Amino acid sequence: MGILTSLQLTKRFGGLIALNQLDLDVTEQSIHSIIGPNGAGKTTYFNCVTGFYRAEEGRTSFNGQPIDTLTPDKITQLGIARTYQNIRLFANMTCLENILVGMHPHLKSSWMGAILGTPHTRRDEKQAHEEAVRLLQFVGLRGRGDLLGRNLPYGEQRRLEVARALASRPKLLLLDEPTAGMNPRESQDTMAFIQRLRDELGITILLIEHNMRVVMGISEVITVLDFGEKIAEGTPEQVRNNPRVIEAYLGTRRGAAGVGA
Amino acid sequence: MRTGQASWGKALSLGLIAGGTVVFVSLVGMVEALGVRVIVVGVIDFGRLLLLLIGFVAGYQVARRDGGTGAPVVLLGGLVTGAVTGVGLAALLLLGSVVNLRGMFINASPVLFEIISFGRGTAAAPVVVAAGALAGLLGAAATFLPSAVRGPLGAGLTAAITVGLFQELLQIILQEGSVRNALREFIFVPEGLPPRGALGIFLSVSAVSVVWRWRRPAVQGWVAGRPPQARRVLRWLLLGLAVALALVMPLAGGLFISQVLVLVGLYTLMGLGLNLEVGFAGLLDLGFVAFFAIGAYTVALLTSTSQYGIAHWSFWAAVPVALVVSLIAGLLFGLPILRIRGDYLAIATLGFGEIIRLLVLSDALRPWLGGSQGVVSIPKPMIGAFEFSGPTQIYYITLVASALIAFVGARLRDSRLGRAWMAMREDEDVAEAMGINLVNVKLLAYGIGGAFAGMGGAIFAVLLGSIFPHSFSLLISINVLALIIVGGMASLPGVVVGSLFLVGLPELLREFSDFRFLVYGAALIIMMQVKPEGLWPAAAVRRELHKDEPVGVVAGQSVAAERTEG
Repeated sequence: MGILTSLQLTKRFGGLIALNQLDLDVTEQSIHSIIGPNGAGKTTYFNCVTGFYRAEEGRTSFNGQPIDTLTPDKITQLGIARTYQNIRLFANMTCLENILVGMHPHLKSSWMGAILGTPHTRRDEKQAHEEAVRLLQFVGLRGRGDLLGRNLPYGEQRRLEVARALASRPKLLLLDEPTAGMNPRESQDTMAFIQRLRDELGITILLIEHNMRVVMGISEVITVLDFGEKIAEGTPEQVRNNPRVIEAYLGTRRGAAGVGA
Repeated sequence: MRTGQASWGKALSLGLIAGGTVVFVSLVGMVEALGVRVIVVGVIDFGRLLLLLIGFVAGYQVARRDGGTGAPVVLLGGLVTGAVTGVGLAALLLLGSVVNLRGMFINASPVLFEIISFGRGTAAAPVVVAAGALAGLLGAAATFLPSAVRGPLGAGLTAAITVGLFQELLQIILQEGSVRNALREFIFVPEGLPPRGALGIFLSVSAVSVVWRWRRPAVQGWVAGRPPQARRVLRWLLLGLAVALALVMPLAGGLFISQVLVLVGLYTLMGLGLNLEVGFAGLLDLGFVAFFAIGAYTVALLTSTSQYGIAHWSFWAAVPVALVVSLIAGLLFGLPILRIRGDYLAIATLGFGEIIRLLVLSDALRPWLGGSQGVVSIPKPMIGAFEFSGPTQIYYITLVASALIAFVGARLRDSRLGRAWMAMREDEDVAEAMGINLVNVKLLAYGIGGAFAGMGGAIFAVLLGSIFPHSFSLLISINVLALIIVGGMASLPGVVVGSLFLVGLPELLREFSDFRFLVYGAALIIMMQVKPEGLWPAAAVRRELHKDEPVGVVAGQSVAAERTEG
């Protein structure tokens, strides 16, 4: 049993089956990738795990606890954080504030305490600020704290989003195309960064990625989805040579598929 | 010559727009109403000034949009624009002399035509065109002035116009005391502001502005050079000065000023509450007056000595109850609309405001709430033997309450809850995925925002001594929303500035009252075009305006480009 387990997960949008009886098991402290052509259901799976969508059938559990019926805020409090395919920062808040929002579940001060300015609240806020500054440093955004989120360059927006996700102290981090829009050099840096997250912070990583160099470079397990179904799973080596994967990616005609297999 | 042609077209079209505007403000009666206020005795009144200003602004706009061409062409463009504006007015004048416009436009009165034509009838048409052309020309010429000249000139003119506009009030304020009286006699004549007074004000304010522009870097440098402690003292001094000003204003200004200031204070309280909902949490609320009404009725019922009074409490005992009741009302109000977003939220909340008004108006609740007769005989607040008997005294309650509420608002803004509100405003889904419980956070926004407005309502009840359902109309909700937009969304000082501007100013300009919504509409449109962040934007927004264009790519835009690589 891994840290995140989905059994027979099915999600439909009207007549469209976005996820079809998907089984997925993410091992703790691993780097696990989900790949597949556009529309394969990768992001849908993320949305089901984080509570944005509710799957029609099947079960998902995190650390052995079922999370299917929980709202997104409860799931985050359990220790799952995510980033988004199209960056979704709080654009009109500063970088520091973005991270402080990420810490929301850990800060315990009440609104009454805030109005009265109780010592407890002040201490809480001070510690939160210090931690936020540390996180900014950790993702290489030192000194950017007072900039508005939307004023950051693209690559730094991605990093800020990761910092915000880390602020909730997740055990499992879902990264949705972390290297999208990056040049090869930046992708390399991001790969190294993801590895650091796992090695230094012990966070389990589940990522969706299109950049094959990244996927093959850092993943320990790769799951391949196509039309909402899992068509392959294994080490990068196994997946790379799997005929069904090649077919899904190169788009061999459906009729001829059997020959390849 | 292509640019030349384009700029003529622009001059013509802007001139037509301005011409249409002057005809419009004339026919709706604004010029005539404002004409009552003489700005400079024997020179100009507010109505004519408005017409000239429209020509001036049109000329300025044409010239500003046309930086590329040479100075003579630009000036000529402004001239043409202004002339076209004048032609609009002249056409109205001529038409009015031939056809009886009054059948259709009730405001096309002889008085209006006298204002437009300076009492000379149709013969004045060329003069009107010439005046327009001159205004346009001056507008265009203003663009050529370096800002070091334009700033002081503008400041001087604004000051002279403002003093002329409020001369009646200023004369009253300056009546007492020998120093003040001397100043009054120096500036004013009994009929108003004479040309020499206007010139004096213009020159002195311009001079001050010039000196300030010249010395500002030095002053700022000096301040920046002080140690942090000294700077803090300086800040407290400034704050103290503002507080002192706020304390003496009603005493110096008399009853009328006090009334206006109390109203500004009440709108500030409501603005602070709505700002919390709309500015911080992004929850549009068009039924905000409901909380104001609930606060007012709670205090009324708890303190009134009439048959509807249930407790005969003192004001001070009733206020906390009013706060709690409006807070609970906010929570209840929030419950059914938790899942509603955007435009639908506006409509749903709009309904709430009306429901409360109709409830207090209803016959069913009449035995308890007094129906349309309202609740009367609400005693004034007392401290010992001192009675807060009138607006001047109640102003101080309003001031203290506003300061307190603004302080609470600032504390909340910088708290965990405030950040959760703003995150929700920015992106509700992501906020929830950050572990924020949307239900709690939303209900708190409605509850605390409602309590702020309830505070305003409580003071409103004792201010008037009696309350009626018709005092709580939709217009109040709209006023409050307009003032926080004009002041600057999510900005606390912006609320004060907005209510001074949108509530205080129209009260001072009684002639405006019929045209309040026309002016609101125009002010909102102009604000959105020229200064969308408001008169006093929130710190984060202002910070951003000091920067150039955003460095980054808008999220997601360049994603597709590189995606194919992978």
